[in-house]
Amino acid sequence: MATAHSRTAARLMVSPAVILLLLWMIVPLGMTIYFSFLRYNLLMPGMETWAGFDNYYWFVNNPAFWPALSNTLVLVVGVLAITTIGGTLLALLLDQPMWGQGIVRILVIAPFFVMPTVSALVWKNMFMNPVNGLFAHAAKALGLQPFDFLAHAPLASIILIVAWQWLPFATLILLTALQSLDREQMDAAEMDGAGPISRFIYLTVPHLTRAVTVVILIQTIFLLSVFAEILVTTNGGPGTASTTITYLVYAQSLLSFDVGGGSAGGIIAVILANIVAIFLMRMIGKNLES
Amino acid sequence: MKLTQRALLGATVSFALAGAALAETTITVATVNNGDMVRMQGLMDDFYAKHPDIKVEWVTLEENVLRQRVTTDIATKGGQFDVMTIGTYEVPIWGKQGWLVSLNDLPAEYDVDDLLPAMRGGLTVDGELYAAPFYGESSMVMYRTDLMEAAGLTMPEAPTWADIKTAAAAMTDKSKEQYGICLRGKAGWGENMAFLTAMSNSYGARWFDENWQPQFNSDAWKATLTDYLALMNEYGPPGASNNGFNENLSLFNQGKCGMWIDATVAASFVTGKESTVADKVGFALAPDNGLGKRGNWLWAWSLAIPAGTEKADAAKSFVAWATSKEYLEVVAGKEGWANVPPGTRTSLYENPEYQKVPFAKMTLDSINLADPTNPTVDPVPYVGVQFVAIPEFQGIATMTGQIFSAALAGSTSLEDALAQAQSVTTAEMTKAGYIK
Amino acid sequence: MARKVSNTRKTVITALAWTIGLLIFFPILWIIILGFKSEGDAIKTPFEVLFSSWTFESYHEVQERSDYFRHFMNSVIISLGSTLIALVIAIPAAWSMAFVPGRRTKDLLMWMLSTKMMPAVGVLVPMYLLFRDFGLLDSRAGLVGVLTLINLPIVVWMLYTYFKEIPGEILEAARMDGAGLKSEILYVLTPMAIPGIASTLLLNVILSWNEAFWTLQLTTSKAAPLTQFIASYSSPEGLFYAKLSAASTMAIAPILILGWFSQKQLVRGLTFGAVK
Repeated sequence: MATAHSRTAARLMVSPAVILLLLWMIVPLGMTIYFSFLRYNLLMPGMETWAGFDNYYWFVNNPAFWPALSNTLVLVVGVLAITTIGGTLLALLLDQPMWGQGIVRILVIAPFFVMPTVSALVWKNMFMNPVNGLFAHAAKALGLQPFDFLAHAPLASIILIVAWQWLPFATLILLTALQSLDREQMDAAEMDGAGPISRFIYLTVPHLTRAVTVVILIQTIFLLSVFAEILVTTNGGPGTASTTITYLVYAQSLLSFDVGGGSAGGIIAVILANIVAIFLMRMIGKNLES
Repeated sequence: MKLTQRALLGATVSFALAGAALAETTITVATVNNGDMVRMQGLMDDFYAKHPDIKVEWVTLEENVLRQRVTTDIATKGGQFDVMTIGTYEVPIWGKQGWLVSLNDLPAEYDVDDLLPAMRGGLTVDGELYAAPFYGESSMVMYRTDLMEAAGLTMPEAPTWADIKTAAAAMTDKSKEQYGICLRGKAGWGENMAFLTAMSNSYGARWFDENWQPQFNSDAWKATLTDYLALMNEYGPPGASNNGFNENLSLFNQGKCGMWIDATVAASFVTGKESTVADKVGFALAPDNGLGKRGNWLWAWSLAIPAGTEKADAAKSFVAWATSKEYLEVVAGKEGWANVPPGTRTSLYENPEYQKVPFAKMTLDSINLADPTNPTVDPVPYVGVQFVAIPEFQGIATMTGQIFSAALAGSTSLEDALAQAQSVTTAEMTKAGYIK
Repeated sequence: MARKVSNTRKTVITALAWTIGLLIFFPILWIIILGFKSEGDAIKTPFEVLFSSWTFESYHEVQERSDYFRHFMNSVIISLGSTLIALVIAIPAAWSMAFVPGRRTKDLLMWMLSTKMMPAVGVLVPMYLLFRDFGLLDSRAGLVGVLTLINLPIVVWMLYTYFKEIPGEILEAARMDGAGLKSEILYVLTPMAIPGIASTLLLNVILSWNEAFWTLQLTTSKAAPLTQFIASYSSPEGLFYAKLSAASTMAIAPILILGWFSQKQLVRGLTFGAVK
C-alpha cells in the first residue's frame, strides 16, 4: 500500500519528532561530553583546564561507584519483580467478580498519581520514622522494638516506596490485558477438564507475556532515573548503602559542584543505560514484534 | 546627526530613569525554610510601608535545595535572584570570586559597627562586607532541668565531655522513650559533619595539617569518633543516623531527649509554644576536654546580593531592613523578644529586655568563644570552625558525612570509617591539587 | 455463556480485594487525615490521631505562606501545554511509523525511548547555561519545551501502538474515496484513535505534573509549579507533619481527582500494545 509518494510524506511527518529528539539528545549530550573532559568546578570558574580522561578515572575509582552500580541493579530488578508479580496477582484478583470493583480499582491506582517527592516524604516521616512513624507505633503497640527502616534496610525501604508508586501502573496494564483474554477459550479449556492452575499456566501466562514485557520496558526507563526518592529519604546512605548511579552523579555535580566529574558520571550513566536498553531489546523486544 | 542621536539617547535614558523611579521594582529573594525566615515573610508590611516602590517575591526552599539552586545560579550567572540567603561557608568563597555586591556602602543608620565582631569578621573578605547576617548562631548544650534534678545531678555552666556522658547515662530510660542525648547523625556537611568537626576541635583534632594532609588517621579523631559513637549507641534515640537539626528539634520538643547539643538558635524553639518541655530547659556551653577549645561552632544565615543584578539598590534596601535593629524591634513587638533573630547585633544583647530571655547570655558567650581563624588546638591552614572554607569542602565532607553516618548506623566499624574518610579526603585533595 | 459465581466466593474475593485496596490507598488517606490535625496531634499514636479534634489550621497556614493558586496554575499550564505540543508533534510521526513502516521503524522507536534514559542530573549544568542564554530561566515556555521533549518518546510510542491496532483497510477505503493525506489523518484516523489519544494525554499530564527535577531546577518564582510549593515544606524546623500533609494533599489532589474521574479513558488506551 505504501507508494513512493506516501513514503516521502511519512518521512516528512516523522521528521519533526526525530529532529527535535536528536537536538534534545545531541546538544546537552555534546556539552556534557565536552565538560566531562574538563577540570571544571562550578565554584572555581575561569579555572577550567583540559583533564583528559581524569574525570572518568576518578568517577570509576570512586569507592562508591561499584556499590552504586549494584544498588542500581538491585533497585531496578527489585521494583520490577515486586510490581510485575504483585501486579499480576492484583490484576487476577481485580478481574474476578466482586462488589464495588470500580472503587477498589480507584483505590489501587491512586499511588500512581502521587508526586515522587511527596510519596518519599510521606513514607519517610509518617511511616518509617522509628519514633513517630506509624510502623514504630504499631511495633510499640505489639510490644516490639521499632525497626529503623532507613538506617538498617535503606535500599529495601526505597524499593518498597518506589514499588508502591509503580504497582498501580503494572496492575492497570496487566488488568487490561487480562480483560482481553478470550473467555470462550477459557471456558472451552475448563470443559475439557483443565484445572485452574493449568489454565493459568497454559492460557493466562502466555497471554500476559506481552503485557509484562511492556511493563518491564517502560518501568526500566523510569526506574533507572529514580532519584527524588533517594534524595528525600536517605541521601544515598548510610555510607553508600542506597547510593545509585544517578544519585552518585547528583552528588558529584550538585553537592560537590564538580561539573567535570558529574558530566563524566552522566556519560557513564548514559552508556550503562544504553547497555541495559540493548539488552532489554534483545531479550524482550521480540515479544513486541508480532 | 551625531548630536541628535546623543540627544535622543539622553532623552531615552532620562525617561527610563524616571520610569524606573516611578515603577515598582520586584526583587526575588531566595530563603531557607527556617522559622525566622518564614516569620519575616509575615512581617513585610513594615518594609512595604517604608519602601512602597519595592515588591518582594519569595522563593522559600529547603536548605539543601536552596544551597544547590543558588550556587548553580550564581556560578553560571543565571541572574534568577536579587537577594540570596547563604551561610558563613559560602560568603568568603563567593566574595573572593567577586560574585557578591559589597555592602560597605550601607547607610550610616544601619550601624554596621553594631554587628557582633565574630559574625562581621566571618562575612568580610579583604575589608569588604559581602553579606549581612540575618541570624547568627553558635552551638551549646540544651538540657532538661527536670530530668537532671530527678537524676540528682547539676549541669555545670561549662561542662566537659565526661560530664555529658554521666548526665546522658543518668537520664536515659529507653522504656519510657527517653534518651539521654540527641546529636546529629544525618549525613551532610552541614549536618553530622558540622557537629563532628566542632566536637573534634575540642578533642584537639583538625581536618588538615599545615601541609593540607588529611588528619583522620590521628588519635584525636579516633577519640572523637569513639566517644560520639559510644554516646549515641548507648544513650541516643533510634534512627539517629537519619536525625539532623530538624529531627532532633522535634524529638527534644516532644520530651524525648535529655540533652541536645546543637545550634543556639534552637533555644527559642525549645522554649517556644510548640515545645512540650518549654519551661524545663537549661543551657550550658558546648563541652570541652580540658584542651582549651570547646566544641561549639559559628554560623550565620546571611543575606547577600549577587553581582550583576540590575536591582542592587532595591536589594540593598531590603537587606538593610531585614538585618536592621528596627527589624528586631518589629519582631519583638509582634512576637516577643524571645523570637527575635538572635546572634547578630551587640545592641540586642545590651538591651535589658532581651537580657531577660533565658538563653541570651549563653548564646552570646558561645558565639564569642568560637574562633574561625583558630578553630582547634593545633594550627591549621584553613578558616572555619565546623567547616573548612575551601570550595572542595562540601564534596569531601558530604562523603565523609556518609561514612560516619554509616558508622553510626552500625554498617561500618569505627576503624574502617576513619580509614575510608582518610582515603576519600586524600584522593579528593590530590585531585584538587592541594597535595602535590 | 454466563458464568455463575457462588456468593461465598464473591464475598471472599470482595473482602480480600477491599483489604488490599485500602492497604495500598492507606498512605494517601493518612496524609489527608493528618492535614486536618494540629501539629501537636499529628505526631501522636494513630489511635490518638483519629480521635483528636479536626482543624483547618494547617491549611490556613499553608495558604498564608505560599500562593497555592499561582503554583497550581503553573502546574496546569506546564503539564497541559507540554502534553498538547507533544501530541501535535507525535500524531503525524506515529501515523507514519504505524502505516508506512520502514525497515528502521522499530530501531527508530527504540532510539526515541532510549533518549529518556539520559540522567537529568548529569546534564543540568549544560541545560542551565542554555536556558540562561536563551532567557528561558523561570519561564513557563522553557519548561513546556523541556517536558515536551522528555515525554515525546512515550507519547509517540503509545500512539504508535494504538494506531497499529486500527485496520489498514479502513484507511484504504478512505483513500479510494479520494481522501487526501491530511483529511485521512484528521477525519478518519483521529476519530478512531480518540480513546488512545485521550489516554496518552492523561498519562502525560500525570507524568508532567509529577516531574520534580527540571521543574524545581529551572524555575524560581514566576513559573514555579507545585513541585516547588512542596519543596518549601519538606523539612522545616520544628513540627511539620500536619503542614506537610496539608501541602501534600493540596499538591496531589487535582491530579488525583482528574485521574479518578478519567480512569476509564486512561485504562482503555494504556496498553502500549500489550493487548493483542
